[in-house]
Amino acid sequence: MFLEQLINGITQGSIYAIVALGYTLVFGVLDIINMAHGEIFMFGSFVGLLVVTKAGAPLPVAFLAAIVSTAAMGLLLERFALRPLRTRRGASHLASMISTIGVSILLENLAHKLFGAGNHLFETPFAEISFKIGPLTIYLVQVVILVISLLLMVGLALWLSRSRLGKALRATAENLETAGLLGVDTNRMITATVVIASAMGGVAGVLVGMAFNYINNQMGLSMGLKGLAIIIFGGMGSVYGAMAGGLILGLSETFMVAYGSSGYRDAIAFVLIIVVLLLKPQGLFGVAPAEAKR
Amino acid sequence: MKRNLRVLSVIASLLFALVFMGAQKAKPAAKPSAPPIKAKIGVISIITGAGAAYGEAITNGIKLARDEVNAKGEVDIDLKIEDSTGKAEQALSAAQKLINSEKVVAILGPTLSTEMKVVGPEANASGVPIMGTSNTAAGITQIGKFVFRNSMPESQAIPASIGAAVKKYHIKKVALLYGNDDVFTKSGFDTMKAVTEKMKLKILTVEEFQKGQADYKAQLTKIASLKPDAVFCSALYNEGGVILAQARKMGLKVPFVGGNGFNSPKVIEIAKGAAEGLIVATPWFGDKNDPKVKAFVAKYQKAYGKKPDQFAAQAYDAYYIMTNALKAAGTADRAKLRDSLATTKNFQGVLGKFSFDAERDVVMQPNVLIVKGGKFAIFN
Repeated sequence: MFLEQLINGITQGSIYAIVALGYTLVFGVLDIINMAHGEIFMFGSFVGLLVVTKAGAPLPVAFLAAIVSTAAMGLLLERFALRPLRTRRGASHLASMISTIGVSILLENLAHKLFGAGNHLFETPFAEISFKIGPLTIYLVQVVILVISLLLMVGLALWLSRSRLGKALRATAENLETAGLLGVDTNRMITATVVIASAMGGVAGVLVGMAFNYINNQMGLSMGLKGLAIIIFGGMGSVYGAMAGGLILGLSETFMVAYGSSGYRDAIAFVLIIVVLLLKPQGLFGVAPAEAKR
Repeated sequence: MKRNLRVLSVIASLLFALVFMGAQKAKPAAKPSAPPIKAKIGVISIITGAGAAYGEAITNGIKLARDEVNAKGEVDIDLKIEDSTGKAEQALSAAQKLINSEKVVAILGPTLSTEMKVVGPEANASGVPIMGTSNTAAGITQIGKFVFRNSMPESQAIPASIGAAVKKYHIKKVALLYGNDDVFTKSGFDTMKAVTEKMKLKILTVEEFQKGQADYKAQLTKIASLKPDAVFCSALYNEGGVILAQARKMGLKVPFVGGNGFNSPKVIEIAKGAAEGLIVATPWFGDKNDPKVKAFVAKYQKAYGKKPDQFAAQAYDAYYIMTNALKAAGTADRAKLRDSLATTKNFQGVLGKFSFDAERDVVMQPNVLIVKGGKFAIFN
């Protein structure tokens, strides 16, 4: 049972990690928490579902459709919910977070209207492919999810640290005005960040559908809260922290059920956060702020 | 369509035969007998407001029964239907009106257990027999000796389904799984646990989950590794369907016995093939192969354009139980009606064979159903 639960935990953790990566990217650059991320993730899931079941298209098309639609949603989110508040002098830092909460409520209800309440079956032949190692049954989906999450993490880390665009992004994160003065198109950088983060949410959405076979319009909220817990736990804005935090949370939840009591499954996430924050207030991979940023 | 017509014609001919048989039987009795017993029966139900769908089904069932019974001519009932809007105080004033102004001989309703907890004592104090047709909470008929019900309490359905499954599959050790953040699934679980302990089955593990969870693999992997003979699961259909699907996919093929929350065709919609073999218990089964049930479903559908649900069926039977007792009492007297009602034994209604126990509560075998070929069927 240990190995099976290990696989369950890694699968769950990888999905948490991808969701958390989206959060951490936006937070790292904008210093705000995008509360609509969970709902964008949920929408990506439904788009994938529609493409696979209604249009009968193959999975890569579903991924593509989910990425395109969630990227578009990210674009709209930035344009209409974030930018108007950013350009306004004296607008509180929290204002943009509140506006993303508004977007999340809008999206959840929109999904209710469009797709209906309750669970929807997400059926793909790909999700049925499995192979056996000894007594262990591993689904190909589970491997794919882990690989995709690792690739996203490495890709994101490299892109941020090595590429020109990544440098511009970090400059924008460091100080919006200075970066602007130095010739960085900060609006474009921020838009790119939100769009990329949203598209990653879309990928996670389709992966969840494949891994668990069911999706509903409420899942953005619970997944979003977990994602939020992970970035606090792993360190706000840290790519590796999101990955490690996701895996640790997924594994600890699963093993809580396996060897402890399933009633405490959700509590474990928050116990972990409290413990980590007590020992290391910046989170696992967080860096203490050097000085006040601005 | 064609098949429907054929079924209808069979039912119609059956009905025809029944009517004639009834007529023949009634003839010798009717001749010397006095004119029909005239009486007013009050109905308190939710006609408007959020619960109006229940009230609609209930009053439809009662009206259908009234027309049938009045047509037979032994009793002549005047129905007085009052709206409670689902509120206890509204139900109480409706009851007072029925008892004091309309001088009804008995009351059917009210719809909710919370309403009955207020109306029951009033009717009891006034000496008016009152029968709930949809109250399932504990402690309803214990209000007083004038309070009855024909709706099966939650605590009776689960033992029936578990009992039937244990007998058929020789179940010895079980795993329990339930939603710990919902009053309904929690109370269903409490009953399940009590029944399991009473039947001396070994409980391997008790697993919990929360509403809206997407992934039950951790719990299911643990359950599968303990190799139970069956899983007893108290979940609402939304989570229940997903649990079934994930369990079957990971190779947990043992029988599942569901609580009342599972008792919905939606489970099959969600879980598709994985719902096969799910066992539940319910007082009302509309597809039962029973001429009485078929006739009722056909008549109801003709009159109201939809299939009767559990609430319509329970109300329909309640009206028959009440008027049968009235006939037996021979006069429209509240106290005599109560005594006659309390002796109701083996009444054969659309819900099955029905009796009152010493506390005027339900004695009835619920239908134990299993999902087979994509729909519910009788389990035996």
